[in-house]
Amino acid sequence: MIPLVYALRDVKQTYGPRTVLNVPSLAVEEGEVVSIVGPSGAGKSTLLRLLALLQPPSSGAISLHLDRRIITAANATTADRRQMAMVFQRPVLLSRSAYDNVAYGLRVRGERDADDRIREALAAVSMSELAGADARTLSGGEAQRIAVARALVVQPRVLLLDEPTANLDMGTARLIEDLIATQRSAGTTVILVTHNIFQARRLATRVLLLMEGDLVENALTRQFFESPRDPRTAAFVAGDLNY
Amino acid sequence: MITSLDAEVLAIAGRSLQVTVSALAISVAIGIPAGAWLALAHLPGKRLLTTVVYTGMGLPPVVVGLVVYLMLSRAGPLGSLGWLFTVRAMVLAQVIIATPLIVGVTMSSVLAVDPSLREQVRALGATPVQETLAQLFEARFGLLVGLVAGFGSIISEVGAVMLVGGNIEGRTRVLTTAIVLETRKGNFDLGLALGIILLALAFVTNLAMVMAQGRVGNPR
Repeated sequence: MIPLVYALRDVKQTYGPRTVLNVPSLAVEEGEVVSIVGPSGAGKSTLLRLLALLQPPSSGAISLHLDRRIITAANATTADRRQMAMVFQRPVLLSRSAYDNVAYGLRVRGERDADDRIREALAAVSMSELAGADARTLSGGEAQRIAVARALVVQPRVLLLDEPTANLDMGTARLIEDLIATQRSAGTTVILVTHNIFQARRLATRVLLLMEGDLVENALTRQFFESPRDPRTAAFVAGDLNY
Repeated sequence: MITSLDAEVLAIAGRSLQVTVSALAISVAIGIPAGAWLALAHLPGKRLLTTVVYTGMGLPPVVVGLVVYLMLSRAGPLGSLGWLFTVRAMVLAQVIIATPLIVGVTMSSVLAVDPSLREQVRALGATPVQETLAQLFEARFGLLVGLVAGFGSIISEVGAVMLVGGNIEGRTRVLTTAIVLETRKGNFDLGLALGIILLALAFVTNLAMVMAQGRVGNPR
C-alpha cells in the first residue's frame, strides 16, 4: 500500500463572506504528481498555499503525513517545512546573486559545502552563465528558473509548484517539465498548479479541476481527459467552457 | 588653528565622536530590533505605537535635555546615579533623541520589503529568525540611511548636551557646545574652525557609510 502524504477533510477557505475554496475530501499518495487545473480565481493557488501549510484553512483539516508524523499548519516545525519546497507564481528573489538565491535553502539548513549541488541546479535550469548576476537584474523568465532551481536544490520530498512555466518560452518550459518528470521518477510527491491542461496531461498522474472554489473533478490523468465524471470537466478539457 | 590641532581641540573632537558613536551604537541596538518587531508583529495598538514612534522622531532636543536634566538632578528619580554633567548623561539624552529615528526608519524600510518574501523564504525552510534576518538584509539600504540620519542628528545636536553635560571644559565640552561658547565670547575664528572640524568628521563618517552602502549593494 502506498503511503498517504496529504489528507484533506471538509476544507473550506473563506475571506469574509466569500468562500474561495471548498474541498470535502482529498488524499494524495507518496510519489504522485497531482496537477490542479481550473480557471483563474478557481482557488488553485489558495489550495497550494494550504498544502504548503503556510496558513491553516478557515475550517476543516489538512494534514501532511511524513515519517509517521501527522503535520498541520499549527504544529509544523521548521524541520517539517524543510521536507517541502514551493515555487510561487510570482517568485520574489533575494537581492543577491542568482547563485546565492539558489544557495539560500541550503544555507538556512546549515549546509555550507554544497557548491557542486548549487552549480548542478543552476545548470539544470540553464542559468550557469548568470550565476553571478544580481537577481534584481534578471528577467521574469530567468527569475522563474532560479525559483525552480532553489526549490529543487534542497531535494524536497514534497514539491509544490504554482504555474512554474507561466513566464517561460516553450523551450525553457520544456526544460522545467523535464525537471518535474525527473522528480516524479525520483519518487518526489509533486503538486503542480497550471493553466496549461496539456502540461497537466504530460506530467500528472492525477488531475484535479477546481471551479469557483469547488473540487469538480479528481481523477487519474487518463480518466480526467477521456472519461471525466463531471460534464464541466469535459467542457473544460474541450475548451468549451466560458471563463 | 585647524592645522595645529592643539590638544584641547583634539580632546573636544574626540569627545564628540565618543558621545556620538556610543549613543548611535545603543540606539541601533535598541532601534533595529524594535523597528523590525513593529513592522512584522501583529499587535493591537500598532497604529498608536507607530504614531508614538513618528512623534519621537521629531522630539525637540532641548525638551529631551530638560527632562533628562530633571531626571538626573539630585532630586530626580535617577539622581542617585550621579550622571548629571557627565558624558553618560549626554549619551543618555542622545539615545533618547536618536532611537525613535532608528526605529522609524527601520520600520518603514522593513515594511517596504515585498511582503511575499517572508513567506517565500519560509517555504524554503527558513526559521522565523532567518525570515526576519532575510527581511532586514533586503532592507539594508534603508537601515544605512537610518544610521546616517542618526549619526547626523547626534553629532550636530547642541541643546540637550548643553543642558545635561554643562559644557564643562575638559569633561563634557563637545564640538557643538564649544562652538556656542566661542561664538558668545566673540571668538568667531575659533568657532568657525571648530565648525569645519565638525563638518569634516561628519563628511568622513558619511563617506565611509556611503562606501559601505556601495559594497552591500553589490551581490556577493
